[in-house]
Amino acid sequence: MADRRYTKSHEWIVVDGKTVTVGITDFAQSQLGDVVFLELPSPGRKLAEREAFGVVESVKAASDLYSPIAGKISAVNDRLSANPELVNSDPYGDGWILKVELAGELPSDLLDEAGYRKVTEAASH
Amino acid sequence: MVDFGGWELPQQYTSIRDEHMAVRKVAGLFDISHMGRVFVEGQGAEAALQSLFTNDLAPVAPGRAIYTLMCKDDGGVVDDLVIYREAADRFLIVLNASNREKDLAWIRHRLPDGLSMEDHTFDLSLIAFQGPRAHELLPVGSSETETIPYFGFRRGKVGRTDALISRTGYTGEDGFELFVESSVVGGVWDAILQRGKEAGVLPAGLGARDATRLEAALRLYGNDMDESVNPYEAGLGWTVKLDKGGDFIGREALVKVRQQGPARTLIGLKSQPGSIPRHGAAVSVDGRRVGAVTSGTHSFFLGYPIALALVEASQFRIGDKVIVEVRGVDAPAEVVKLPFYRGSARSAAVTTKS
Repeated sequence: MADRRYTKSHEWIVVDGKTVTVGITDFAQSQLGDVVFLELPSPGRKLAEREAFGVVESVKAASDLYSPIAGKISAVNDRLSANPELVNSDPYGDGWILKVELAGELPSDLLDEAGYRKVTEAASH
Repeated sequence: MVDFGGWELPQQYTSIRDEHMAVRKVAGLFDISHMGRVFVEGQGAEAALQSLFTNDLAPVAPGRAIYTLMCKDDGGVVDDLVIYREAADRFLIVLNASNREKDLAWIRHRLPDGLSMEDHTFDLSLIAFQGPRAHELLPVGSSETETIPYFGFRRGKVGRTDALISRTGYTGEDGFELFVESSVVGGVWDAILQRGKEAGVLPAGLGARDATRLEAALRLYGNDMDESVNPYEAGLGWTVKLDKGGDFIGREALVKVRQQGPARTLIGLKSQPGSIPRHGAAVSVDGRRVGAVTSGTHSFFLGYPIALALVEASQFRIGDKVIVEVRGVDAPAEVVKLPFYRGSARSAAVTTKS
């Protein structure tokens, strides 16, 4: 079971060999509120690190989704179109968003559990 | 928690989706104590209020309430409110939180001497228990409520606590608005949630309140209308009784609007999931802007976004396609019939003999 890593923009990744699973964090989903829709790309698309690849929309607002890594999308969670609320109820499990085939190295500034907690504590003042 | 008209209110207690569904399927409990509550009393109160409000208070018997607008000389809406007649000369007026001070000043300035006006917004609380099962889920010991007519009210008990029980609401569902002394309302709140917990009753916040009222096409002052909008433009001409006898502020201007037809109308739109039309979004037809969205949200209950839009009064027919601007992009939307949804309030109104 690989460790989760996080970005400052509230995405998470889990690495399994060359496959990286990407989602948004529990903190992000609680800030967003009930997710009603996700605008997502198709498998096969290449992403650059920090590239905006989609949108997550809640009742309150729409937020861009940024790719934590560079690579090629190998899978998109198609359960999210009928059940976008999975992002709220299970952000680290069934609410996963993309699977990406990693190109190159992982970014060096990904945060561990403790590092990300500092980010959310600062954000919640 | 968000700032709503100067009050701190929750958007949701758990999730807007769950709270919205609870209101439509079982019942939800809203704290709406932010709304203004003022009593007007004295000889001649009816005549004085008749001159301020567009609707006709004469047929409103003690124990009945009525929805009305208050307009300026030019016909623009100052506020929408509900007036409860307690006695021949005693009225309770419930008005929008965001307009409380404006309305109090407006009314006070125009009330003849000899009539009293008392603001009880702080010592009298207001909670709304709304849903198809609200009647059966009131705490044990509550007054019988099935015989309260729709838009009627009576003094009684919720559990063991005194309350003014009004069969009114802002969700399109049957249910109550309960006026309870602030010092004891907490116990009533807890008792209702306790009694209804197993059945699925949830406390509900602003998110669910806005979504349910919008589905029922109930107007929100500040969004769907303001002082630049007249009742006919807001689709509320039915609250204007031009022939009730006697003058009221705005009557002359409204007679003209009625004769000529309003310049704008409020229409209902639905769009695709992912394209929530938001307040202020441009509405266009054939590349030409025809108006703007006044209220919009995603309806969890219906499964798609819905919106009200104030547009040029031309022939917009049900089924017509328009374009709404969503996040800088053109999104397709369709004109639909209002209300978007008819809840249990409809059957309550129909089975009540006025």
